[in-house]
Amino acid sequence: MSHLFGHDQPLGAQASSGTAPSFVGSFDPRVRVVAAGLFAIMVVALHQVEFAFGAFLVAFGTVFLTDLPLRLTLKRMAAMDGFIIVMLVMLPFTTPGTPMFSLFGADASKEGLMHAVLIGVRANAVVLMMLCLLSGLSPVALGHTLYRLKCPAALVHLMMFTVRYISVLHDEYHRLRMAMKLRGFRARNTFHTYRSFGYLFGMLLVRSLERAERVLDAMKCRGFSGHFPMIDHLEFKSRDVLFGVGFVALIFAFVLLDRMYVFAY
Amino acid sequence: MHIVDGALAPEVLIGGGVIAVAGLGLGLRKLPIDKIPATGVLSATFFVASLIHVPVGPTSVHLIMSGLAGLVLGWAAFPALFVGLLLQAVFFGFGGLTVLGVNTVNIAMPAVLIGLTFRGLVARSTPKVAAIWGGIAGAASIAVTTIFVAISLGLSGEGFIPAAKLVFFAHIPIMIIEGLISAAAVFLICKAKPELLRTDTADIAHEPAFDAPASPQTATTAHEASNG
Repeated sequence: MSHLFGHDQPLGAQASSGTAPSFVGSFDPRVRVVAAGLFAIMVVALHQVEFAFGAFLVAFGTVFLTDLPLRLTLKRMAAMDGFIIVMLVMLPFTTPGTPMFSLFGADASKEGLMHAVLIGVRANAVVLMMLCLLSGLSPVALGHTLYRLKCPAALVHLMMFTVRYISVLHDEYHRLRMAMKLRGFRARNTFHTYRSFGYLFGMLLVRSLERAERVLDAMKCRGFSGHFPMIDHLEFKSRDVLFGVGFVALIFAFVLLDRMYVFAY
Repeated sequence: MHIVDGALAPEVLIGGGVIAVAGLGLGLRKLPIDKIPATGVLSATFFVASLIHVPVGPTSVHLIMSGLAGLVLGWAAFPALFVGLLLQAVFFGFGGLTVLGVNTVNIAMPAVLIGLTFRGLVARSTPKVAAIWGGIAGAASIAVTTIFVAISLGLSGEGFIPAAKLVFFAHIPIMIIEGLISAAAVFLICKAKPELLRTDTADIAHEPAFDAPASPQTATTAHEASNG
């Protein structure tokens, strides 16, 4: 997964530099970031499985408006599902309610199953929509966008430094790991392995601090005064307004229908 | 360790968000501008830790090293670990957007608390004793994190409580391994570059020293500016 910050394209995600941006990618990043946040809040607020599934379909449809490779995107989404699968499988058996079927003497309740499905659908909808809306946005562009959205400058600078050095330090890790391999190290379930990994990570920290000292010296040498210029070309156009208004309308429609549906029962 | 979107109750999400913002504010206040490069590089190192896989039995787990982050960074571990979680959420889809606050609190808060508790002990000890304290700090921060995760799940619904217990017991091997690896890392750092862990004493010694060259510098630049 580190390929996102790989050293070949130091700061680009799967950014399609050079080619024309996709439909979603053509909007102002600020609108996209805010839209992704609003969508996540909306999905979490939905009570009905039907509407959560509708939100998931909207997110799935959005994939086709981006230049994301469909298989890779779904794979990434599935990777997240691995985290929650245990919890979702347990939930029907641990939630009290009307028993549906029993397995190994434990009753699975209908309410628990519905809750598990709701959580799964919500989580996938949010992640899919986020991957879509932020597709083609490099970590640096994200930093600039957050800065323009009035995030604290210190936090944005910290993020930019982190993004900048992840690939460098990952390469450093591979160098250290290669040196270990050359000396015949193989990772096993032994105390020696854990101690070696500890030394490896400790060395990584020592080297990164030394690197940080050099970076700071170099910055001071060039007259760093505590402010980074943020060079970007963000333009808020009328089509961004249209996109924003349309998106907010969609979100309100979802939430209203979700609540109305409760009354319609 | 990551909780995903959609599982937690709104009250827990909002509570987590508020605590996370407060922690970020405190962490950033303790982060002067000339510490940002070092903190950023260390934050990247702890991100790389999450890409390092260590064998555990038949499978492997990735390192977290939040205890070590707390020891090295102190309060600055809060924004540093937040940045890592934000990047993971946005670019890998791990965790989620609405749970970002809760996840940050669950991972960074134990790191900061454990770091502040053990910093003095580690800084004053000989490398071997420091390694033991470091190991305890590494294991304890994972333990506290799993307890926090269990609490945030438990507050969101009765049905999650068995899952929360499972999370805790499933993480016991990870606590032991994180402890061992943190201990070895602290031992190496004490031998190779003890300043890395003596930041609290260094802070007090350096703070005026950092400010002193800074203020004449700004004075001279202001002077130059007024001179044209």
